Amino acid sequence: MPRIAGVDVPDHKRGVIALTEIYGIGQSRAKDIVERVGIDLEKSPREWTEDQTRQVRRIVEEEYTVEGQLRTEVQMNIKRLMDIGCYRGLRHRKGLPVNGQRTRTNARTRKGRRKTVAGKKAAPRK
Amino acid sequence: MPRSLRKGPYVYYKLQRKVDALNESNKKKVVKTWSRDSLITPDFVGHTFAVHNGRQFIPVYVTENMVGHKLGEFAPTRTFKGHAKSKVDKRTRRP
Repeated sequence: MPRIAGVDVPDHKRGVIALTEIYGIGQSRAKDIVERVGIDLEKSPREWTEDQTRQVRRIVEEEYTVEGQLRTEVQMNIKRLMDIGCYRGLRHRKGLPVNGQRTRTNARTRKGRRKTVAGKKAAPRK
Repeated sequence: MPRSLRKGPYVYYKLQRKVDALNESNKKKVVKTWSRDSLITPDFVGHTFAVHNGRQFIPVYVTENMVGHKLGEFAPTRTFKGHAKSKVDKRTRRP
């Protein structure tokens, strides 16, 4: 199991897929990297040569912001929005959807599990 | 779709005029404005704007990292003070 940028990279999957385990590397970047190094797309990290692994590691670690660093960057961006007190920041603070989605229904990803309100009429059956 | 770069940032011309005047005379004065859709440009930094939210003017002090946002983003138009407590709830709380 090659270690690239911290932990990662399963051995038994195709290289393009295995690289997407890294936070900040999706399918497009993975494909770019593998093609640039000149590895067969079907090959899994197990079958890469030492040198190919090294090249992949170098590209991932030097050319992209990944893992912890990327996470910090994202958090800093959110923090900035919250600190300046703009509308998007307020939405982040309240844990509601940020990009203007409806909240009358849905929005469960941001709001979390439904909290039942006492005394509110249950939806009528049929 | 973002605004065409050719046009430059949108700032209501009367607002721009007022800001320019303030910068020229090095004065700090609250600028009352209804132009919520004006982009905050670097020359706004340090000034205070009273941005209309439909009912009142909300004072907004512009700092450096607000540049690139619109004035209206800092003057919320909705008031939501939480949902009303249900009557049943109040009754049970009373001894």
